[in-house]
Amino acid sequence: MSVTTLTIDGKLISASQDETILDAARGAGIQIPTLCYVDGLSAHGGCRLCLVEIGGSSRLQPACFMKVAEGMVVQTDTEKLREYRKMIVELLFAEGNHVCSICVANGNCELQTQAMDVGMDHERLDYTYPQRQVDLSHERFGIDHNRCILCTRCVRACDELEGAHTWDVAGRGSNSKVVTDLNQPWGDSPTCTSCGKCFMACPTGAIFKQGATVAEMDHHRAKLEFLVNAREKKQWHV
Amino acid sequence: MARLKLATVWLGGCSGCHMSFLDLDEWLIDLAQLADIVFTPIMDRKVYPENVDAVLVEGAIANEDHFEFIQDVRERSKLLISFGDCAVTGNVTAFRNPLGSALPVLERSYLELPDLDPHLPVEPGIVPRLLERVVPVHAVVKVDAYLPGCPPPPDRIRLALETLVAGKPLELHGKDIKFG
Repeated sequence: MSVTTLTIDGKLISASQDETILDAARGAGIQIPTLCYVDGLSAHGGCRLCLVEIGGSSRLQPACFMKVAEGMVVQTDTEKLREYRKMIVELLFAEGNHVCSICVANGNCELQTQAMDVGMDHERLDYTYPQRQVDLSHERFGIDHNRCILCTRCVRACDELEGAHTWDVAGRGSNSKVVTDLNQPWGDSPTCTSCGKCFMACPTGAIFKQGATVAEMDHHRAKLEFLVNAREKKQWHV
Repeated sequence: MARLKLATVWLGGCSGCHMSFLDLDEWLIDLAQLADIVFTPIMDRKVYPENVDAVLVEGAIANEDHFEFIQDVRERSKLLISFGDCAVTGNVTAFRNPLGSALPVLERSYLELPDLDPHLPVEPGIVPRLLERVVPVHAVVKVDAYLPGCPPPPDRIRLALETLVAGKPLELHGKDIKFG
């Protein structure tokens, strides 16, 4: 494998030819912010947070896709990029209905953390307040589309790690949404294996475990009753 | 140095930001040495005074009274700080916005749920009309600085007040701009 040398933020770096700028930067200890990117899953290039400036080109490029090249000069943290990243996060907040204070992911959300990192202390755009649905039909998980940023991490985790491809994206533009199978209730999905990888991949509180918020706990008392019946009455079947 | 003339205002919010302000505990005694608190819901004063140096505004703009009052507050204050997530983002107060208007919330609260005498509250001049859409403070008047949080923790409020008392520009960063 041939080795390429390039400059990232003034630092001379060597990387193998098939590496992306993101890989090369991370290998050199340079952090580029990402939101839709997940190590081990295919790149999506949707969130645009990892955009970088490349010398000799006026176009910004996503570091998660762009391959390194000999002599390339990359800037990952310029005034222009910082402003774009802040605008991207503000667009994400304005596009959905994100209410950190009452979200199950409060304090454990990558969108919330990105807002802090880019210095978003308020929203400069008008909120759109879309009408979106919540699907609680699955026994173990729920999805609140109000909190979805369409990063497709659930889609890729389900397809590439679990091999089920239950999730996909339907619709266009601001009507886009993630769907299970043929846009049917998650609980009716014949392909979902209930493995929870979409939940693990979700950066926000969009996909969450059922029974995790106030007054939702289920003690599953019936199981206890089943065991008692099994022992005392020798009834093993419900 | 002249003492800072400080005010706090409570609009469409739960008063949690003011509770967090009170959670400054004994530092409030220090604050009293540094600033004159000239208007706040915690004291009995009806008219917002002139020449306020800095005002912390809790809550979103949710009804006609808020909309009118914030204009006076802006006019009479040098620095206006959005205080807490409702003022900064709309937060829980704006949770009704995807429903399209105020009516679905009023109908749910005053017609569907009450056991006795269900009727919509209409008391012109007494109960202010809700705006169709709740908006953050900076959507209505110019805001000079933002102090997010639900509520902003006391140490964040203290940092902001110390910055204001020192006459420095207020701009918070990192963990001090965490929503929620």
